[in-house]
Amino acid sequence: MKNLIDIKELSINEIEDLIKVAKDIMQAPEKYSEKCKHKKLATLFFEPSTRTRLSFESAMMELGGNVLGFSSAQSSSTAKGESVSDTIRTVGCYCDIIAMRHPKEGAPLVATMKSTVPIINAGDGGHNHPTQTLTDLLTISCEKGRLENLTIGLCGDLKFGRTIHSLITAMVRYENIKFVLISPDELKIPEYIKEEVLEKNNIEYIETNDIEEYMDKLDILYMTRVQKERFFNEEDYIRLKDYYILDKNKLEKAKQDLCIMHPLPRVNEISTEVDDDPRACYFKQVRYGKYIRMALILKLLEIE
Amino acid sequence: MNIDSIKNGIVIDHIQAKKGMEIYEVLELEKLDCSVAIITNAKSQKMGRKDIIKINKDIKLDLDILGYIDPNITINIIKNDERVEKFHVKLPEKIVNVIKCKNPRCITSVEQGLEQVFLLTDKDKKIYRCMYCETSKEEIENN
Repeated sequence: MKNLIDIKELSINEIEDLIKVAKDIMQAPEKYSEKCKHKKLATLFFEPSTRTRLSFESAMMELGGNVLGFSSAQSSSTAKGESVSDTIRTVGCYCDIIAMRHPKEGAPLVATMKSTVPIINAGDGGHNHPTQTLTDLLTISCEKGRLENLTIGLCGDLKFGRTIHSLITAMVRYENIKFVLISPDELKIPEYIKEEVLEKNNIEYIETNDIEEYMDKLDILYMTRVQKERFFNEEDYIRLKDYYILDKNKLEKAKQDLCIMHPLPRVNEISTEVDDDPRACYFKQVRYGKYIRMALILKLLEIE
Repeated sequence: MNIDSIKNGIVIDHIQAKKGMEIYEVLELEKLDCSVAIITNAKSQKMGRKDIIKINKDIKLDLDILGYIDPNITINIIKNDERVEKFHVKLPEKIVNVIKCKNPRCITSVEQGLEQVFLLTDKDKKIYRCMYCETSKEEIENN
């Protein structure tokens, strides 16, 4: 593995290896505290994302490495009209590995064509966000103890939600996975995901717009935010943003060992009264994200 | 209608009727200095109607482009008035600089000097997706 651009590039064995290393880091962080000594991670964020950037930076720091970079296109040479290729060639002279977020889809792939150091896609528009998917897989593995035999409810914006598309793509490779796809009609999962991912892999799925209908069947409930930036029409956004609000009442029929996940940031889709429920895993998910990024950095830098 | 047979060159046969001109343009045959004939709406036992292009010169064809436009095309290579080779084109796995990604969110919309690369992702439905943003031509047109 030279770069990570799309979760589809990783085999099940490679994912398993990353999860294994992440779990080992969680158990014995001191063993890893100097693994990246004298190594530098550049975080190139052409659009702001505090959470993902801090997660990468924190991961590198916990490995004993250093961090440099920028957090918006305005503070980079892009503002002067520099191409992605030129920025990458330049930054590659200053660091050992790059984590990159860019509003244009496919920008990290272009970066890999010119880069001399490994590239991690930290999100490219509405396209891919593979480290979020790795975070989700580690969360599921830790909280449920398995990645097989699961009924997964995906709720909210299933049309534009890239984390949803990537998670489905990643999970269909495991045994006996079922999906309950919960969304308003306007935000249903795209046809190509149904045809090219779900149906092609003979995965059982149900579509509904009622969050409570199949609540008692779910092992995982993955909530998502309706993202304002994906809408061209403000009215549609306002109409759909509060379509689902998960609260204690809606969880009444849910299994006792349900795992509630969310890629965060949350707006209104999970009521704060759910935060103290032991089934709420979304803040733990943030912590898992740091550990899996640590494992990924080690893997890409070929550090044992 | 009589069209002279060619001595050395290429006959592109079994082109879907009315697509001959598109192929003429895509292959930039107007730039050749030899004679080129386009026969449209010719009778065909197999297809009902078809187009044919005859090129009176042995040139290098971009078979990927031909396969993308019409995978049923047959190529005949003529040498000294004899057909020495006949083959079918097929759907290419990858097409470069033939179609342009129209997704405004794709990196190809801003980055200079990038090749427009599309990859075949569904052979049965003939779906090509942009290598960078994975959007198909149809998805952009339908949205």
